[in-house]
Amino acid sequence: MGRNRTRSVPLRLLAAVGLALLAAAASLCLGAVSVSPGELLEVLLGNGGGTARSILLLVRAPRTLGCLLAGAALAASGAIIQTVMSNPLAAPNIIGVNSGAGFFVAACSALLPAGLAVKLSPLAAFLGAFSCVMLVLLIAEKAGSSRIVLVLAGVAISGMFGAGTDTVVTLVPDALTGYSDFRIGGLANVTMEQVAPAMWVILLCLAGMLLLSNELDVLTLGSDTAQSLGLPVKRIRILALAAAAALAGAAVSFSGLLGFVGLIVPHMVRRLIGSEARNLLLGCALGGAALLTLCDIAARLLFAPYELPVGIVLSFAGGPFFLWLLIRKRGHQM
Amino acid sequence: MIALKDLTVGYHGEALLSQVNLEFPQGQVTVLLGPNGCGKSTLLKTVLGLLPPLGGEIFYDGEPISSLSGGAVARKAAYMAQNHTVPSIVAQRMVLHGRFPYLSFPRKYRKEDHEAVRRALETAGGLDLSNRPMQELSGGQRQKVYLAMALAQETGTILMDEPTTWLDIRHQLEVMATARALAESGRAVGLVSHDLCLALRTADRVAVLAQGALQLAAPPEEAFASGVLDLAFGVRVRRVETPTGWQYYCE
Repeated sequence: MGRNRTRSVPLRLLAAVGLALLAAAASLCLGAVSVSPGELLEVLLGNGGGTARSILLLVRAPRTLGCLLAGAALAASGAIIQTVMSNPLAAPNIIGVNSGAGFFVAACSALLPAGLAVKLSPLAAFLGAFSCVMLVLLIAEKAGSSRIVLVLAGVAISGMFGAGTDTVVTLVPDALTGYSDFRIGGLANVTMEQVAPAMWVILLCLAGMLLLSNELDVLTLGSDTAQSLGLPVKRIRILALAAAAALAGAAVSFSGLLGFVGLIVPHMVRRLIGSEARNLLLGCALGGAALLTLCDIAARLLFAPYELPVGIVLSFAGGPFFLWLLIRKRGHQM
Repeated sequence: MIALKDLTVGYHGEALLSQVNLEFPQGQVTVLLGPNGCGKSTLLKTVLGLLPPLGGEIFYDGEPISSLSGGAVARKAAYMAQNHTVPSIVAQRMVLHGRFPYLSFPRKYRKEDHEAVRRALETAGGLDLSNRPMQELSGGQRQKVYLAMALAQETGTILMDEPTTWLDIRHQLEVMATARALAESGRAVGLVSHDLCLALRTADRVAVLAQGALQLAAPPEEAFASGVLDLAFGVRVRRVETPTGWQYYCE
């Protein structure tokens, strides 16, 4: 990152704030029934009423907030995992975190009474994501954390957890009536009750990781150098991965298994803002929020009046991006 | 000063070097010499607390390393690793990481940290690289930045693992000259090398590691005369006198 770019980092972050706000405003206004910016302003000022108010408060607000939070959480989670494992291919869905969270949520719904299951599913998503991250870290320590090892380990782990989820769904079909929605990932029916608890987890983890950004920077120097500078490497790694798992788990708990946000956004942000942890995390949170919200708008409008789940839009965009990454660098220097 | 007492090092319970007794005195360049795989780097990492010792003790200014925190060790000894990952940050930011052991949470850099970075870059001859991105630097330039990062730790001891590997001959000589200058400024310098001739020319003392043990720790001329080097490396070490002192070569 050159000198000029270092200077323009705050400007670029400000631009990302602008983009996220713009995307949020568009997300509030656009959809099956459009709300004009004027009406939006009135409702925001507390003056509006009628249909526009109901649509905004009951449908669009939770959905937009959900998009912003899930996008920010997944992108930040990807950035943290990539930094800790010094592997640019290690995004949450690639290393199997999503499928781990999915399996735990499925098992939770199957084993617990419906009311309790809904309450505990964020915790289950976190536990699934966390155990998956730890499993990958263990494999990386035993088999080496080369890019290809992690990606292949992710394939194996996703396969195992996916099979686990399928087993649960087969044995207890009633447990997951909405399972296919969950698997594809989407935010169409999100409610404030689902988003609110996850929001606190996400904001807390983001704030915590921003405080630890200097530690993350030192960690990128390699574990020997980091340890020789007095950094408790193992502890920080586990702490950072736990935060990444909590972020991904919290997002997955209300948005379902959204792929690729955690891969695409950190790559774009690194190019535009550089790899210093504080800027990277802020940039990823803002960029992820903007990207997911924009994709969700696209999902609403592309085939209106029909809606696509946003997970499908993301996979169509993210799959080719991942392949492009592999081809561009041929799996080496990334 | 760092002192090793009956130190045994290795991986997974298997010893590579046993019962090593060695000191890294202030004001001297101590070179750890030995053939590939003899355990030089492992010894260095164990001395720094990066690997657990299999036996024996390591003392930092008389205190056992086990009684010191990671931060306390980092304020006494700096480490230049053999391999570095190169993050996409500017050189000055990289050197600033050397101040990490002095920061308390939440890690705000102070004026004195920036001053220490400036001094370190100046000593390492890398002041002109301050604002250059690490990824655009050549191997020799990067080595200057890594050295500056170690210097910014402002420790009494600097330990370097093969600092001349991958460098061309001019940069190799520069690194060795810097090691000498650091020792002359009162620091203890320890470095790992398998370049026999360069080491013999630069070191105040060489520690020859071979066949699972420290064979000898002595000034270069004594090490040369003992014949231990020939045995350890399986070559014949010769020397000629030049106006700048003894020059060593191998046959």
